[in-house]
Amino acid sequence: MTAAPRGTTPAMSLTLRVWRQKNADAPGTMSTYEVDGISPDMSFLEMLDTLNEELILKGEDPVAFDHDCREGICGACSLVINGDAHGPERTTTCQLHMRSFQDGDTIDIEPWRAAAFPVVKDLVVDRSAFDRIIQAGGYVTAPTGAAPEAHATPVPKPDADFAFEHAECIGCGACVAACPNGAAMLFTSAKVNHLNVLPQGAPERETRVLDMVAQMDDEGFGGCTLAGECATACPKGIPLFSITKMNREFVRAVRKKR
Amino acid sequence: MADASLPSGLMALATRTDQRPPKKNPAPRRPGGRPTGGRALWDSTVGKKTVMAVSGLIMLGYLVVHMFGNLKIFFGPATFNGYAHWLRTLGEPFMHYEWTLWVFRVVLVAAVVAHATSAYQLSRRDIRARPTKYVHKKPRASYATRTMRWGGIILGLFIVWHVLDLTTGTVHAGGFQPGHPYQNVVDTFSTWYGNVIYLVAMLALGLHVRHGFWSAAQTLGAGSRSRDRLLKTLADVLALVLTLGFIAVPVGVMTGLVS
Repeated sequence: MTAAPRGTTPAMSLTLRVWRQKNADAPGTMSTYEVDGISPDMSFLEMLDTLNEELILKGEDPVAFDHDCREGICGACSLVINGDAHGPERTTTCQLHMRSFQDGDTIDIEPWRAAAFPVVKDLVVDRSAFDRIIQAGGYVTAPTGAAPEAHATPVPKPDADFAFEHAECIGCGACVAACPNGAAMLFTSAKVNHLNVLPQGAPERETRVLDMVAQMDDEGFGGCTLAGECATACPKGIPLFSITKMNREFVRAVRKKR
Repeated sequence: MADASLPSGLMALATRTDQRPPKKNPAPRRPGGRPTGGRALWDSTVGKKTVMAVSGLIMLGYLVVHMFGNLKIFFGPATFNGYAHWLRTLGEPFMHYEWTLWVFRVVLVAAVVAHATSAYQLSRRDIRARPTKYVHKKPRASYATRTMRWGGIILGLFIVWHVLDLTTGTVHAGGFQPGHPYQNVVDTFSTWYGNVIYLVAMLALGLHVRHGFWSAAQTLGAGSRSRDRLLKTLADVLALVLTLGFIAVPVGVMTGLVS
């Protein structure tokens, strides 16, 4: 490739082992590719773009992978890199840079692995199970319209902070990919806690947690064994205690028999 | 709206929402809607974990009592056998001879069955939820966390052997004497396999309690950032004290302190 080393940073040569799968029903396999002239300043996805340009020039099928905003806020990118969801840094794949790797490295790239996230093609998985969990209760039924007057519904500062911490979840699914049980507990708990702590979410506080957990189970996600891998992988730093809080909400709702 | 009238090739939106055919297998909805109450608990992964947490804490409470009772063996046959007899007269005259003990036994068996059933069902579900493994494998989570399932199986088998050995005497080495637990314990720990089984099981117990106690606190919603250090320390102390307390008995027999 033409990309020349910039300043003092020399170009890298890498060996990529990428999961290739034609479609949902086809069997997949790890394919090996060599890429040269990779700048350490490139993002991981730009490195894959480089690979795909070469593949297209050779007339081969480019590697399919999910991406959208490329600024770490949309949650579209989803790669397991060397066994880590979103790779070695605690961020989204699009915000991971090649300076996190060494020249000559072999990098394994796999899709999210979960029964509830079937592979669509190569590294792209179907994450619509998350959408259905949201549809089950991740909303408020309060009438919407123009933004209400901010002081009409007072929210204590600690509650607002708690809600915001959980609202940061971008629904990328790294928690499921990292969990040894393919569980969606961190995602579901982030969504439940975000709304359950706020006055706007109070009317559906019980049905929300029961419905969302029921949908999560129906989608075929595993259960939580408190391994803590989800919170380690989460690019937005949703804490493991989010799950603890949802468990408390769940037991409370069951006791209220909603 | 204007885009809808354009040929699809001219669609200039960054994100395009295609009209997709309905999913081949939509999310299965439960007939009759979502269950409530006890059914909601048992039917969900979160609820089953609650059952595991409560039954685990019942067994843990019993183990603490059991360990203190065991340590009486260092005060001679009269104390130890007397303690065993007292357990059977506990609650008299309101309770008949051995009734209180049977209440404990029934609660414990219920706890073991509930714990094992939930563990089995959740484990099957967890394994099904990740049908394709990652090619690039990494050691995940702590040793105690990773060994919960095998440790649980070891402990389950140990309980069966332990009851057959020292309660019913079915597989006891040497002549089992009902009412003389001191001699029975010495007999068991005078065999090499008795010591091996016991030591392995007690190490498994320590690891199981270490992750299990802290997990139970999270499952029951008792954990938080400010309380985490306390809960983790408590789990470690419980694990260590139980393991050392139980291991003290075979070590006592091996070293001749108990004979």
